[in-house]
Amino acid sequence: MPLKAPKIAPSARMRLLTGAEAAAHAMRQINPDVVSVYPITPQTPIIQTFAKFVADGETDTEIINVESEHSAMSAAVGAAQAGARTMTATASQGLALMIEIVYIAASMRLPIVMAVGNRALSGPINIHCDHADSMLARDSGMVQILTENAQEAYDLMVMAPRLAEHPEVMLPVLVSQDGFTITHSAEPVSLLPDEEVRRFVGDYRIPYPLLAGEVVTQGPFAMPDYYFEIKAQQVRAMRAAAQVFDELSEAYQACSGRRYQAVEGYRLDDADRALILMGSSAGTAKEVVDELRAKGEKVGLAQVRLFRPFPAAALREMLTGVGAVAVLDRALSFGGTAPLFAEVAAGLFGQTVSLSSQVYGLGGRELFPEQIAAVFHDLESTEGLEQPRFIGLRG
Amino acid sequence: MRELKSSHQLPIGGAVLARSAEPPHTGGWRVGEKPRIQLDSCVNCMLCWIYCPDNAIKIKDEALWGFDYDYCKGCGICQEVCPTGAIKMIAEDLALPPFGRIGGEADAA
Repeated sequence: MPLKAPKIAPSARMRLLTGAEAAAHAMRQINPDVVSVYPITPQTPIIQTFAKFVADGETDTEIINVESEHSAMSAAVGAAQAGARTMTATASQGLALMIEIVYIAASMRLPIVMAVGNRALSGPINIHCDHADSMLARDSGMVQILTENAQEAYDLMVMAPRLAEHPEVMLPVLVSQDGFTITHSAEPVSLLPDEEVRRFVGDYRIPYPLLAGEVVTQGPFAMPDYYFEIKAQQVRAMRAAAQVFDELSEAYQACSGRRYQAVEGYRLDDADRALILMGSSAGTAKEVVDELRAKGEKVGLAQVRLFRPFPAAALREMLTGVGAVAVLDRALSFGGTAPLFAEVAAGLFGQTVSLSSQVYGLGGRELFPEQIAAVFHDLESTEGLEQPRFIGLRG
Repeated sequence: MRELKSSHQLPIGGAVLARSAEPPHTGGWRVGEKPRIQLDSCVNCMLCWIYCPDNAIKIKDEALWGFDYDYCKGCGICQEVCPTGAIKMIAEDLALPPFGRIGGEADAA
């Protein structure tokens, strides 16, 4: 079925940008103090574009070129501790190499913003999109946002520093976009004026910066008598992030006209069947929903943008009355349930709804509209639904 | 025993601020034995002071004063290096004058 143009209101500031370029423009407008980064496909065009802005004097950011992603994240931790507004960017193996320090950044409550171009994890080595890299960071303590297109990649990147730096949050925030599908595809993107972004993002101040004169030990050793309490602080921060995200969405709508919910319901009113998914495939799936709705089928979808903290309550409310739900994961958990399905199943525990786990798109495999339509048809009967399915797998 | 703080009372991320930090009394890790000094046998050679890995030998007026039990971990190195046998490791639960000084002013007082 033919795909329609993105539903974005035209504007004088509309630019033709890839998702990577859109994220780089957001970074330019935010003007972070420090960006420590190591290139990796498909993230490279983010830092490449941003580095050009820096070289051209459009921002006064200090870019730290490092020898690995482990070092990139370590340098980001140091910069953030010193009181600098800090960003980094990575993908796939790069995020895997960062992950040790990501946990530490989250525990030390450093509001580092990380742009990610989602890419499958090795092995086998692959450069294309799936969400295995984001899911690897699932339990790290980072706030995680998955975007649908270049416009969202820009908008959520602009929102990210305020979310990360909110006094009740103070957590690293990952804003991801599907590798190649978004990072390398040009779309019309509406940019806010530079001064509007700077005003929205505001000034940054961490509670205990190293260079502020206060003598402080950051990230101290914690024995069994205190480790648990530090983790409890992170639990509370993550809970606060859900509330702050909603408030920020409202504030962002006021200046951009665009509203981003943690989970967005699409034509769910009176729906008897629904899909839940994240990332660029949500755009394709909305087209399919429109086609099926035009034929009188009561279908809808829920697009999860905020994977951490997971908006379970909003999802539960949104799906009230829906009889059958398929959760489309772009990642696996071997020997267990796929990550998004596990969240949804826990969130809908006790509800009378049939659930189906379907995994798609690993290593960049395409997900076609016909396949999404087939998932909706799977949901017409509960027979065999309990068995996880793999979309587009050759047996 | 210090009162443990709740997660709400701790600074964000567990940061330790100098203005509110309490000294980490690692002497609490000592198990079994503690040192004492017989002052009339001490020749103030300061070998114990040099060798103590925890900086737990206290000096006063250029003379050995005694032990800081808040930081002594009971390793016994001071007893090993003492050339006169003035320092001896004794059972932890035996009562001692302050700073483990035997035959000194504190004892007399």
